[in-house]
Amino acid sequence: WGGSSLVGNTLAYEQEDPGSNPTYYHSPLSCSEGKGYLMVHTLVNFHIFPLSHRKKLTERSEASTQVSEFSVNAEGEGEKVKLSDLLGKMEKTPKNLNKTKKQLKDLEKKSDTLELPLSRQEKEKIQREVAYVKTSTEVSRWESVVTQNRNAEQLVFPLIQEPSGPKRIEQVVSGWKAQTPLEQEIFSLLHCNLQPTHDPVLTPVEEASLKAMSLEEAKIRRAELQKARALQSYYEAKAKRERKIKSKKYHKVQSKAKRKEFLKKFEDLCKTDPQAALEEFKKMELLRMEERMSLKHQNSGKWAKSKVIMGKYDLVARKAMQEQLEMNKDLTQKLVVPSEDEEQEQEEPKALPDFVNDPEPVGDPANPWMRGQLSAEALGPEVSHEVERPTEQFPERKEEEEEEEPENEEEALLREFEQKRRLRQSEDKGFEPVVSEEQEVDEAENREAEEELSEKGEKDDEDGLAEFKNLFNRLVEPVILETGEEQGDEGLEEGLVRIHSLDDTELLANDHEASLVEPVPSDTSNMEASACPPSKNSKKVKVIDPSEVLTKQAKVIKVPHAPMMVEDEEVRNEQTTIIKEAFAGDDVVSDFLKDKRKLEEDSMPKVVDLTLPGWGEWGGVGLKPSRFKRRKFRIKPAPLPPRKDQKLPAVIISEKRNAALAAHQVCQLPFPFTKPEQFERTICSPVGNTWNTHNVMRKLTAPKVVTQMGAIIEPIAKDDFIKDKNPSKPQPNLQLTKDSSLAKTAPPGHKRRKK
Amino acid sequence: AVPQKKDPFPGQAPIPVERVKKFVRGDVDKVDALSAWIGQYTLLMVESAWLDTDIWFDILFSLLQYFNLNLSQFGPYRLDYSRAGRHLLLGGRRGHVSCIEWQSKALISEINVMEAVNDVKWLHNEAMFAVAQKKWLYVYDSKGVELHCIRKFNDVLRMEFLPYHFLLATASSSGFLQYLDVSVGKEVTAIGTKMGRLGVMTQNPHNAVIHLGHPNGTVSLWSPNQKEALVKMLCHRGAVRSLTVDKTGMYMVTSGLDRKLKVYDLRAFKPLQSYFLPAGAACLSLSQRGLLCASMGDVVQVYRDVWGTSVKKPYMAHRVRGAVAGLAFCPFEDVLGVGHAEGFTSMIVPGAGEANFDGMALNPYASLRQRQEWEVKTLLEKVQPDLIGLDPSMLGTVDRATWQQKHQERVQALGFDPLAHEKFKPRRRKKGRSSSGAVEKRKRKVAHEDQRVKKDKYYFH
Repeated sequence: WGGSSLVGNTLAYEQEDPGSNPTYYHSPLSCSEGKGYLMVHTLVNFHIFPLSHRKKLTERSEASTQVSEFSVNAEGEGEKVKLSDLLGKMEKTPKNLNKTKKQLKDLEKKSDTLELPLSRQEKEKIQREVAYVKTSTEVSRWESVVTQNRNAEQLVFPLIQEPSGPKRIEQVVSGWKAQTPLEQEIFSLLHCNLQPTHDPVLTPVEEASLKAMSLEEAKIRRAELQKARALQSYYEAKAKRERKIKSKKYHKVQSKAKRKEFLKKFEDLCKTDPQAALEEFKKMELLRMEERMSLKHQNSGKWAKSKVIMGKYDLVARKAMQEQLEMNKDLTQKLVVPSEDEEQEQEEPKALPDFVNDPEPVGDPANPWMRGQLSAEALGPEVSHEVERPTEQFPERKEEEEEEEPENEEEALLREFEQKRRLRQSEDKGFEPVVSEEQEVDEAENREAEEELSEKGEKDDEDGLAEFKNLFNRLVEPVILETGEEQGDEGLEEGLVRIHSLDDTELLANDHEASLVEPVPSDTSNMEASACPPSKNSKKVKVIDPSEVLTKQAKVIKVPHAPMMVEDEEVRNEQTTIIKEAFAGDDVVSDFLKDKRKLEEDSMPKVVDLTLPGWGEWGGVGLKPSRFKRRKFRIKPAPLPPRKDQKLPAVIISEKRNAALAAHQVCQLPFPFTKPEQFERTICSPVGNTWNTHNVMRKLTAPKVVTQMGAIIEPIAKDDFIKDKNPSKPQPNLQLTKDSSLAKTAPPGHKRRKK
Repeated sequence: AVPQKKDPFPGQAPIPVERVKKFVRGDVDKVDALSAWIGQYTLLMVESAWLDTDIWFDILFSLLQYFNLNLSQFGPYRLDYSRAGRHLLLGGRRGHVSCIEWQSKALISEINVMEAVNDVKWLHNEAMFAVAQKKWLYVYDSKGVELHCIRKFNDVLRMEFLPYHFLLATASSSGFLQYLDVSVGKEVTAIGTKMGRLGVMTQNPHNAVIHLGHPNGTVSLWSPNQKEALVKMLCHRGAVRSLTVDKTGMYMVTSGLDRKLKVYDLRAFKPLQSYFLPAGAACLSLSQRGLLCASMGDVVQVYRDVWGTSVKKPYMAHRVRGAVAGLAFCPFEDVLGVGHAEGFTSMIVPGAGEANFDGMALNPYASLRQRQEWEVKTLLEKVQPDLIGLDPSMLGTVDRATWQQKHQERVQALGFDPLAHEKFKPRRRKKGRSSSGAVEKRKRKVAHEDQRVKKDKYYFH
């Protein structure tokens, strides 16, 4: 029925007057619930209350001439209401009545109806969905905490613990007052200095200074700076780009815009500061003059253009143009007058010595490490530099020369060591051992020379020389080697490595001979025998000669005491029989081999034959199923992995699995492991105190959950894991007024958390 | 100028005698025994001023370690040292069994079991020992009181005690290898080896596997969990006479009737060295430091480093009074005990014993209280016999066979493999963009994802 349209009306009306009393608003859902009520309600409201606050409240009027403002009375009973009175009112009706009329009319005209309210099921579905989303977001906040707790090595309950140890007096005692004059004095003093008595140990000033240095501040500042720098670079880039634009039109437009802006500014300036404006004006004049002066007297002016046209016919005009162009040339020619600065610049490089540009000037003269020239040695070219570097260039260092001399000696020593080391290295590389005589002589000379040089003490020269010689030696050595080798053995093409190895082996052999004065032939043969027999046999497993395996060349041990025991005859006889038995043949060996073969055969997977004789063909006595069938229905199992004793002919290793052990083994990986290898690696380290120190053991065997005896363990609360937005929550500071009692400081953690 | 008070008690405060006593680990018996000796040698000591008294004490102690027990009546002796090396157990073939605290030469008990004694062995501590007699296996306490007669173990020839498992392994003449759990007194397993008389036996201290030597020249390795031998090795052409395994469980030394002495690498089951002894070795024993002693008739020889370089001559040799029947190095001492037909000889072999002992594991100087503590602790840490196998670290490995089986079941139940690593397959692209190079490139783009831990896998495993 028409209720719906009415409701729509109220809504529309609400939208028009946002300022109206908000209690009128009803959601469509609630509308659908109490339609009748709403209709009446709205209508009443409509008539009783004005439509907006701005409108003047019209008085409630009864149809009587005299109206008391408190109650309706029957005073004017006698006076009858005339029709004219009522009509008069009608005439004075306010404007908004018309408006409402209009609205009502509009409503009547409106044909489209509002949508039907949703069915209960659908409504509930939507509600559920919304509720789900809401709760899931709420619950998902816990996720991180849950995973964290799950992965935690150890959980200690209750989660929030009171700090152990003695508490401050302020926490325990409340309502304490400074009473004695001494106390009051102390407190007043503290109060003057704003000295906090406890927790924040810092004074406000210190705190402020700390805050100024805080990380956040620094971060903000840095971000600001970064931004400024970025902006600057953007601006620079932009300017550069604009400068590069070749379009004349663009620049014209730009300049024009600039000019306009400038003019505008200038006008403003005229109004505000005429003096400055005048100066600006003068500047502009000057600029203009300069511009005029530097104007290129070319053919672009009006006059020039006309002259060009005239020039075709008029000689004078042509001449004038000619002059004009010449003038342009004169004017535009650049003056090439060398300025004073330039002259100076030309002179300067002469005045300065070369070493100014050297990367390593004199360092701290007091620091011996800075003066070291050893490092310079590594760089070839710089050596020459150093040689050239005369002492005159460092007049101020002359005084230190004397001090330096012992150090120089040390350095020379060091250098010598370095040299030796290098020589050794080159030896190691294999250049050294095959030094021919020439080479040796050369080297000897070198050394002598070096020694002489070192004696002289001219370290730089020596250095250079040594370096050079070193290099030279290294270059020469291979050449000499090659030549020497060619002389000695022409067949060998690549000299170095082979010669070295040959020599070495010879040397080794010599050494060996020297060490072993008494050669033991049997020994070496034994060595060989012991080294290889199993591998030899392994190749032909089936045809092993077990006697070979067993009769490993045995070494005879010389025994100092021969057994002197006179054994009983019987015993001896027994023994001899036993030995005879044992050595009767290769029984032992062949038995063992038989055993092994049998075991191998047993462990081999059997071939299953599924052929059915007579199936699909003739069967009977003397008839065999065809070969094709036999092949088709024979199932060959997959071969087993190779036996552990496959290559050990004299060993049988059982392939059986240790089932008893399997009961103790882990067959399902525990929680955090994904691969057996990971788990094995972890489990192989022992935990007990037999294998670990006490502390380590305690750490390894720490319980997963630790609870405090007697402490109430509350379920985890939101406050525990959702951190405060401002972590630097000011701690309750003591008010240090003279007479104020200490603020109540209940021990933290005692209040019950809300769920 | 300040007058200084004189300290009435100068120097450090003296330590109360009672407390000092608490920490004294010195052996009173040893000192007592020494005092008698010192009486004889004081004169010598006084005369030789060039020797420090400490050195004298050392010399005397080592002199004390060499002694002979002349026991010719009860015939060849078997012997066993306790694990800490303080106590010696002697078992004569003809029934004489005695416990001796050999360092102080104190006889703890002495009995005659009136029966043939095949072997003697200490159990986990010095309080009990087992004696393999003619028919049954007996357990006595250190006072010589018979505690048990175990009828299930008959005709025992050789015994080995596995200290970490509290197992007494016995080898009988009927070919049975039996395990007795001495902590609960029950037989763990009895294995019929079907290898004849089991007269040669030793244990591998590394993995508690029992090695048996057989008349057909083979050595077999056994664990209580398997009815068949773990390994069988053909070592000698004749019967195996004796074998021993070193402390690390890496080397085995065997001797056979073919008069050979062989060293085997137990990790690869390959022979390392082979020696020929003119008379063959009847008994073998390895010391803690790897010295090998071998007996030939009445001669005891000690060899050094038999598995490293090949030995040409013995390190030491000593002739005892009778044919040797038992050999054992004393743990933590440079002493070799030799049981022979005429009694017992304790001989000094320098460098035989481990000088550094782990006081938490085996303490030769343990007090009574410590020994009690140790017993409880070792009992608590007793290893189950199930864990005996060739590789003692197998317990730490995942049981792959079961794991795979379970995994397969899970895959079948789920319909997919939750642990499967689905390989990235690049999509086939046209216009030559699926060239092998391009495909590789695309693969490389996602390669890093494999290295991350898959979150869902991590949780729902």
